[in-house]
Amino acid sequence: MTRKQRRLTLIGGSLAVLGVAAALVLFALKDSIVFFNSPTDVVEKQLAPGTRIRIGGLVEPGSLKKGDNLQVSFKVTDGAHEVSVRYQGIVPDLFREGQGVVAEGKLEAGGLLAADTVLAKHDERYMPREVVDALKKSGRWQEGEMNADAHVVGKKP
Amino acid sequence: MIPEIGHYALVLALGLALIQATVPLYGSIRRDASLMQLASSTAVMQFIFVAGSFAALTACYVTSDFSVANVFENSHSMMPLIYKFTSVWGNHEGSMLLWVLILALFGASVAVFGNNLPVTLKANVLAVQGWIACSFYFFILLTSNPFLRLAQPPLEGRDLNPILQDPGLAIHPPLLYLGYVGFSIAFSFAIAALIEGRIDAAWARWVRPWTLAAWMFLTVGIAMGSYWAYYELGWGGFWFWDPVENASLMPWLAGTALLHSAVVMEKRNALKVWTILLAILAFSLSLIGTFLVRSGVLTSVHSFAEDPRRGVFILGILVLFIGGGLSLFAWRAPLLRQGGLFAPVSREGALVFNNLFLTTACLTVFVGTLYPLALEALNGEKISVGAPFFNLTFAPLFIPLMIAMPFGGLLAWKRGNLLGVAQRLMVAFAAGIVAIAITFAAAGVEHVLAPFGIGLAFFVIVGALIDLAERIALFRAPLATSWSRALGLPRSAWGTAIAHAGVALTLIGITCASTWGTERIVALKEGQTVTLSGYALTFDGMVQRAGPNFRVLAGKFTLRQGGEVVGIMEPSKRTFGARGMTTTEAALLSQGASQLYLSLGDVNGDGSAAIRFYYKPLVLLIWLGAVVMAFGGALSLSDRRLRVGAPKPAAKPALQPAE
Repeated sequence: MTRKQRRLTLIGGSLAVLGVAAALVLFALKDSIVFFNSPTDVVEKQLAPGTRIRIGGLVEPGSLKKGDNLQVSFKVTDGAHEVSVRYQGIVPDLFREGQGVVAEGKLEAGGLLAADTVLAKHDERYMPREVVDALKKSGRWQEGEMNADAHVVGKKP
Repeated sequence: MIPEIGHYALVLALGLALIQATVPLYGSIRRDASLMQLASSTAVMQFIFVAGSFAALTACYVTSDFSVANVFENSHSMMPLIYKFTSVWGNHEGSMLLWVLILALFGASVAVFGNNLPVTLKANVLAVQGWIACSFYFFILLTSNPFLRLAQPPLEGRDLNPILQDPGLAIHPPLLYLGYVGFSIAFSFAIAALIEGRIDAAWARWVRPWTLAAWMFLTVGIAMGSYWAYYELGWGGFWFWDPVENASLMPWLAGTALLHSAVVMEKRNALKVWTILLAILAFSLSLIGTFLVRSGVLTSVHSFAEDPRRGVFILGILVLFIGGGLSLFAWRAPLLRQGGLFAPVSREGALVFNNLFLTTACLTVFVGTLYPLALEALNGEKISVGAPFFNLTFAPLFIPLMIAMPFGGLLAWKRGNLLGVAQRLMVAFAAGIVAIAITFAAAGVEHVLAPFGIGLAFFVIVGALIDLAERIALFRAPLATSWSRALGLPRSAWGTAIAHAGVALTLIGITCASTWGTERIVALKEGQTVTLSGYALTFDGMVQRAGPNFRVLAGKFTLRQGGEVVGIMEPSKRTFGARGMTTTEAALLSQGASQLYLSLGDVNGDGSAAIRFYYKPLVLLIWLGAVVMAFGGALSLSDRRLRVGAPKPAAKPALQPAE
């Protein structure tokens, strides 16, 4: 093989691998990503049942109910609208009424979210960014409420 | 007084870094040896001053000096002594100080151990280190000063974030930073080579030990972080494809590629331009990692609210070094002369294959990590990219990489014989097929892909053994000859085989734990028993205790197998008064390399406790594999040819397979 042929083999091979990787990425981006929605989005967008979504907001005070078999149900609110969430399992340590939460799962008929993941904050001074954004959007966010302290919050280095 | 001394020492270190960044460079242009020599002394002095600054901050923490804002916010007088030390880097400011401390440590090491480097190269390398150091000193002093005082010192601190009060945190960040920052040396060498417009095989030999050391630390650091998340976050998962984890995985992938391409450059004087590019990319990805973690731009398990000014500052550093590095590369790289020729099927070809797949895998992680950010910036749409994305893109790229792994070591340089190598790997193929068959027979056909994962791992392990056997002519020469050849084999050959086997061990761990792991999530009343994978777990009741700065609510459980008591498990919840926060402490019980994992949920009104109970077969192999990889790296690092680092070409190629 001449130098040119070798170089062409190399470039051809590289392009083939990159092409396969690009195809995989595009395929995966189409199928395996989850959109984030605030409760208002869920109500207004009329999302089809069966859609997988992530929602964020505050756990509405008084809405948390615990049933048998570790069944938990609660409402997530952004102040303007709320979405009911059903979950089976153990909720995180810092999951509380009136606190920020992010839930991920499938939307069922009637706007109920069957969650398979419930995330709460990891620090009492931290609120998930998605929740802050959702609250800001609905105008219920008071500037400075969390940020006063924000810069002192530790994080995993 | 101590904080002021620390602050002052840091300012002096900045002054020294400014000298180190400019004077040696000027000296190298003027060919003035004494100016160039200044680089070494400033690098060592700079390290001494940063170390002093770091010691000052540590002293503030140990003595619980709450007049320092940073200590007040992240410490508590009742905290055990070890966490007073670790909380120095358990916060943003302190961890950045650790970052520059390690940077200065690497710079000083080059100054002290780099005696055989050409004077100009050494001066330029240290000057580039000086630039990096300057930008981070400015960053700390202007936006994240850990030594700020409070006008009215409070009596008690706010405590360290409880999930960080753990031995895992004591070692995870320093290891990770040793890795991240270690790549700065490769970067500085690359930039210095581009400035000089000259590069040869000796360059690769000087860069390799630094890259290898950084890679080892990063490998163990990532594994440590993964294990920490596994037992501390209470979900029983070992990898979440979280942006912060990806941030450490990307430099690891680029660094692994760099290690392999540097071999080609050292042995065959080829792939020069590519190696330089990888050196720039590996450190760029480390900087991006720092940016992602420090600026809080991405939603992550680790993301806490952050000051946006810092994000902008780090973004500036990022643009300066990545943009500057790549521009210099585009301008000067064409000057570097191309080296040795090789056929596509050859050791070089195999290493190019390795590089191609590693960098492509790195690219997919990059896209998956940054795509959500780009999308939000473009149209405000918020998405989360999780495990399914990476399983679909990253995994398929790693499979060919691992299949090729045993071939690489057996192929000859320049022109190899693929068929001959395949014949020599027959035993490895057989081992892989037997492993697949046994796994199918034992576990059934429910999971079709998993047995192939196990088979691939055995293929790689046996392939690594064959590589060693071939080199020492095992069974082809008298045993005594093989023995003496084994003793004479370069340690880097042993290191390669061991590191490759480590990758295979990790693959076995991941495959087994994620395929055949079982779990039960139930609420148990006192005296009730739950069974899982042949184990019976009985709830014996709750106990309360007091810890140093927290209260413990623990559940007592007895684990039995076939009626015999295997052990007592005590998962607990810790409530930290100072922050009003609760953490979950999982109970772990190892059975060989497998683990039983028990974590406690809420205790209900009727006295029943919610539990998560997992059986994780061979899960410990995931981290053991990483330790084995790092051990292989350490063995290679101790190889005489890297230790001596003589600039003259190798007398004979040490990695040549025995014929």
